Amino acid sequence: MTPLLTVEDLRVSFPTQTGTVDAVRGVSFTLGRERLGIVGESGSGKSQTGRAIMGLTPSQAEVRAKKLLFGDMDLLAMPPKERRLLRGKRLAMILQDPKYSLNPVMTIGRQIVETLKTHERISSKDARTRVLQMLEAVQINDPKRVFDLYPHEVSGGMGQRAMIAMMLVCGPDLLIADEPTSALDVTVQLEVLAILDKLVSERGMGLIFVSHDLRLVSTFCDRVLVMYAGRVVEELSSAALEQAHHPYTQGLLNCLPRIGSHRHPLPVLERQKEWAE
Amino acid sequence: MTAALSIRDMLVMYEDFAALNRVSLDVNFGESFGIVGESGSGKSTLLRATTGLASFQSGSLTVNGRSYSGRKRDKEFYRTVQMVFQDPYGSLHPRQTVDRLLLEPLTIHGFDNVDARIARALDEVGLGSGFRFRYSHQLSGGQRQRIAIARALIVEPKILLLDEPTSALDASIQAEILNLLEQARRDRNLTFVMVSHDLGVISHMCERLTVMKSGEAVETVPVEALEKRQLSAEYTRQLMVASEGFRRD
Ligand SMILES: Nc1ncnc2c1ncn2[C@@H]1O[C@H](COP(=O)(O)OP(=O)(O)OP(=O)(O)O)[C@@H](O)[C@H]1O
Ligand SMILES: Nc1ncnc2c1ncn2[C@@H]1O[C@H](COP(=O)(O)OP(=O)(O)OP(=O)(O)O)[C@@H](O)[C@H]1O
Ligand SMILES: [Mg+2]
Ligand SMILES: [Mg+2]
Repeated sequence: MTPLLTVEDLRVSFPTQTGTVDAVRGVSFTLGRERLGIVGESGSGKSQTGRAIMGLTPSQAEVRAKKLLFGDMDLLAMPPKERRLLRGKRLAMILQDPKYSLNPVMTIGRQIVETLKTHERISSKDARTRVLQMLEAVQINDPKRVFDLYPHEVSGGMGQRAMIAMMLVCGPDLLIADEPTSALDVTVQLEVLAILDKLVSERGMGLIFVSHDLRLVSTFCDRVLVMYAGRVVEELSSAALEQAHHPYTQGLLNCLPRIGSHRHPLPVLERQKEWAE
Repeated sequence: MTAALSIRDMLVMYEDFAALNRVSLDVNFGESFGIVGESGSGKSTLLRATTGLASFQSGSLTVNGRSYSGRKRDKEFYRTVQMVFQDPYGSLHPRQTVDRLLLEPLTIHGFDNVDARIARALDEVGLGSGFRFRYSHQLSGGQRQRIAIARALIVEPKILLLDEPTSALDASIQAEILNLLEQARRDRNLTFVMVSHDLGVISHMCERLTVMKSGEAVETVPVEALEKRQLSAEYTRQLMVASEGFRRD
């Protein structure tokens, strides 16, 4: 069976005044209808990997890959217009910075309605109903009130859930969720994960879950890629996370603060040069 | 002991919705105080109303012995209180260099030796001088949050309000930033008010915490209550269970 997504030797680089920044340096993986986690420290290239798959890389950057296939469609060879149509409908990404991705001058409800209408023929009344249902599905308590609020009028977590609702409303085949729950409190976090989980198991959606939260990733995903300095340094099944042997992964696990363990200062990673090789 | 921060019956209304419903809180000098609560419960509103980013309609606010109301805050206030925001993307102007971002508060408050101060601030948050002339949109989330912390510390405040300072960061950077904050607190005798969803973080960083729900402060306890699981609010108990990870049933 063709995988949902094939990524081979993906590279993203930014020209800057002080030289080229290689944000992604040869990432390869395939994804089926499963939950794949990507963890790694800040700046390791997780978001840029997701953005490159989506075609949302900033214009000044260069994206190269031996293969970047969605099903058997070559994403890099596809005309921009086709790729835009794919985005939102079959491929969706919950961006890490929800406040930036929501349009500040349009109410939350309007934007989700517009997204839906771009991709589906649907009456305004039906669209409104679907959007209210979606807002409710992402555990927004008072969907009717939130529908009419502007992005700056909602809390961080509500903005993030509005974003999630917007990305899910068209029912994508592949969802890249970049830190989708980091602004949510843990109880809501688990509810949102349950929604994503259901989409994977019932609709066969493929999910790339980007997170720095190892505990969450290990309990939620099937497989985990650990990224460091633009590369994948280790691939693990989530159940085996605790047995990770890369010192970087071990270090990540060890530096979490826990209730009742008093370690001041917290252990931090001693980064080794050879990890970035 | 005088309170660093004293809030009495603070009310914040948005039309007829009470985002903050008569909340009272006292934070002592040198203390590290945690705030937890579900999304939308009013945690950010509490900090925003304190710093004048949102207006409060009734109640009182005393900081370092001075009273404030509405949204008006004087220069003295911002010398005493600085805030680090939840969202490292929104809080820094994307088209400014790190240098400009750090220079601005120094200029506002009339500091001398700005060059040395900027260099030291970058060093303190673990970013080399190579970052000084980068634009903030060229930085990753964690790098931005360090700049936001540097920017808050650079005017030598007494009280730091931290709104989810590490929720957008990975574990290793979180550990570094928490250590950095603790070190800064010790060195400068800072008072912290810290919002977090992560009970591990609160338990590590704070001495007391308040639990918020629907705009109200429902419970204030010493952090030991987390270890002993002596919590009465239902939400706090859910939070304890949830912090163990995802369960598929
Ligand atoms: N516009 C840009 N110009 C230059 N470098 C950039 C730009 N955008 C990102 N980078 C660099 O690319 C690298 C990877 O960034 P990316 O946003 O993918 O990190 P991340 O793993 O998502 O980190 P975080 O956990 O902090 O979100 C970083 O070193 C970052 O500084
Ligand atoms: N400018 C505004 N206009 C209308 N409602 C607002 C405004 N600002 C905040 N609110 C409402 O106040 C409530 C509390 O928001 P707040 O940002 O304080 O929540 P929070 O506890 O910080 O949540 P989170 O954990 O998601 O960040 C929310 O219901 C939000 O919609
Ligand atoms: Mg990122
Ligand atoms: Mg908040």
